[in-house]
Amino acid sequence: MKLTDATPLALRSLTANKMRSLLTILGIVIGIASVISMVALGRGAQRAIVTQIQGMGLNLVMVFPGATNTGGVQGSVGSQASLTVKDAEALVNSADAPSVAAVAPETRQFAQIVAGGVNTNSSVLGVTPEYQDVRLLDLAEGDFVTQQDVTARSMVVVLGSRVAETLFPDGNPVGQIVRIRERPFTVVGVLKSKGGQITGSVDDSVYIPLSTSQYRLQAQRRGSALSVGTIYVSAANSSSIQQTVEEVANVLRQEHRIVSDDDFTIRTQEEMMQTVSQVLAIFTLFLGAVASISLLVGGIGIMNIMLVSVTERTREIGLRKAVGAKKRDILIQFLIEAATLSAAGGAVGVFFAWLLTRAMTRIPMGNANINPQLSPDIIALGLITATAIGLFFGVYPAARAARMNPIDALRSE
Amino acid sequence: MVRQAHHERPGKKLLNDLKEIALADSVIELENITRVYQMGDIQVQALSGVSTLIKRGEMVAIMGPSGSGKSTLMNILGCLDTPTSGSYLFEGKEIGKFNDDQLAEVRNRKIGFIFQSFNLLRRTTAAANVELPLVYGNGRGRRERALKALERVGLAHRANHKPSELSGGEQQRVAIARALVNNPSLILADEPTGNLDSRSSNEIMDIFCQLNKKDGITLVLVTHERDVALFTQRIIFVKDGKVVNEEILKTGSEIR
Repeated sequence: MKLTDATPLALRSLTANKMRSLLTILGIVIGIASVISMVALGRGAQRAIVTQIQGMGLNLVMVFPGATNTGGVQGSVGSQASLTVKDAEALVNSADAPSVAAVAPETRQFAQIVAGGVNTNSSVLGVTPEYQDVRLLDLAEGDFVTQQDVTARSMVVVLGSRVAETLFPDGNPVGQIVRIRERPFTVVGVLKSKGGQITGSVDDSVYIPLSTSQYRLQAQRRGSALSVGTIYVSAANSSSIQQTVEEVANVLRQEHRIVSDDDFTIRTQEEMMQTVSQVLAIFTLFLGAVASISLLVGGIGIMNIMLVSVTERTREIGLRKAVGAKKRDILIQFLIEAATLSAAGGAVGVFFAWLLTRAMTRIPMGNANINPQLSPDIIALGLITATAIGLFFGVYPAARAARMNPIDALRSE
Repeated sequence: MVRQAHHERPGKKLLNDLKEIALADSVIELENITRVYQMGDIQVQALSGVSTLIKRGEMVAIMGPSGSGKSTLMNILGCLDTPTSGSYLFEGKEIGKFNDDQLAEVRNRKIGFIFQSFNLLRRTTAAANVELPLVYGNGRGRRERALKALERVGLAHRANHKPSELSGGEQQRVAIARALVNNPSLILADEPTGNLDSRSSNEIMDIFCQLNKKDGITLVLVTHERDVALFTQRIIFVKDGKVVNEEILKTGSEIR
């Protein structure tokens, strides 16, 4: 029997029992819909994060205080105050770090900000003018922190877009006064919105001169040297970023007089991207695995209904064999029926996945804007998987049909 | 017995010639056929040494009580089953050596089946039912061939009706068309009139006689009813797995 004979035959026998076929494919529908939408969601998340990381600049190198955990009990990254303004200056001035284009140290504290009757809690970042270029920040209005502000320890602040919206819902915050830890700051600029990022949301932060933060705002000074939280280093060339990493590490080791273990950790965008991708891949795989359990259940459902169908149609099988159907013909007939059944389930499942991903696009998820990616390759994968499941779980019923003795089959009631 | 005679004669060419003549003459040549079924620990001897010969163009009835082995005999004749021992030459070919696929091919090309309960596919039209054997053969111009077969049984006008829309007699005629569609060497009918009233029975038997006389098709039918058997030229009586008697109803000259 040829496929051109078997396929209409399969369709006819499936449409003869519409309700039964529908219920049978439900498992496959749910399975395919969930697997596909999970994979699409995972991909969407991955793409969103990669876009964000790229938005931070591919030539960005981050230096955190504290050693990388290499076993034993150590403080986690960022828990020690080992980086100072001096380190940042050394990175700018050192002849040993030629590939360093710009350096932007950052202090970070959490504080309440008040403007008139409105208040909000946000990260207060102490920064230098270089910070704007290194972190690729764009101004919506006004100016960023200037060198003069840093030198004079001015009481000025640049607001993230969301902070500005919260504190000044009527707009035009530049020139207004906000209070941070009871101290008055003049708003000199507002940033454009940038969306959520792994290093904290730009939109939810405010920016003041580094010196102002260290001398006028910080509750306590840690150690004698003026510590900073993170030092952002912009490499001159994103292709030679590994060289920059080594140069920064060497300069810092000299500064800290380190002979054995580093007391700082250097991360690049690429590393972060890899880490995030790995985590997401595992996450997607896990979600997919959970969802594929329903595919397994759906497959068993198909096997079950195919067994029923084979039993019901014993006489038909006997007749077909009597008029010349070979084992292979019967096998193919029932395999195609099972495959058609589950492929139909797969198609409906893909449709539901499409609806689901459309719905997910509209649900706001914090700062992150995850657009599930339902690409053709995922759809094809879903359909192929569904068909393969039908074939796999159809083998046993089909083989049973093919093995039937025509005499007994014809005699059955 | 015919073959033994051949062996005694000298001259290979002559022997082959004679063999061909003999083979061309007979469609079925059974020699000492036995069939033993294994039912758990018990062995059931359904056939114990059946020998007979059915010539091309013959119309033969097989009669016998239930459990006589006539159904087993039909299954073997129809290549649905193979004998435990003995030789079955179908058009000169030893069927006992064939595997399942080869048997299926013989059934598809050379044998037409007609059953007591018609065995039509419920959901498909008469024409599609007639086409069924062609699906498993080399199928070109299937629809035309099916319609032609339906015409031969006088049902061309019912080609697009489903079995439920046809009377019992009409359904059996569709089944006959299905048996005819591949131009088989042999048509086997198992109680073809068992489910029909006497008018429809006569209609069916008339069609059989016509196919036999006009088209020279070899027909073997199993029946309980002597009335039906009397339409044929020879009755083979089977009892306890053996041929116990043969009754010639018409002489050779009347066959053709």
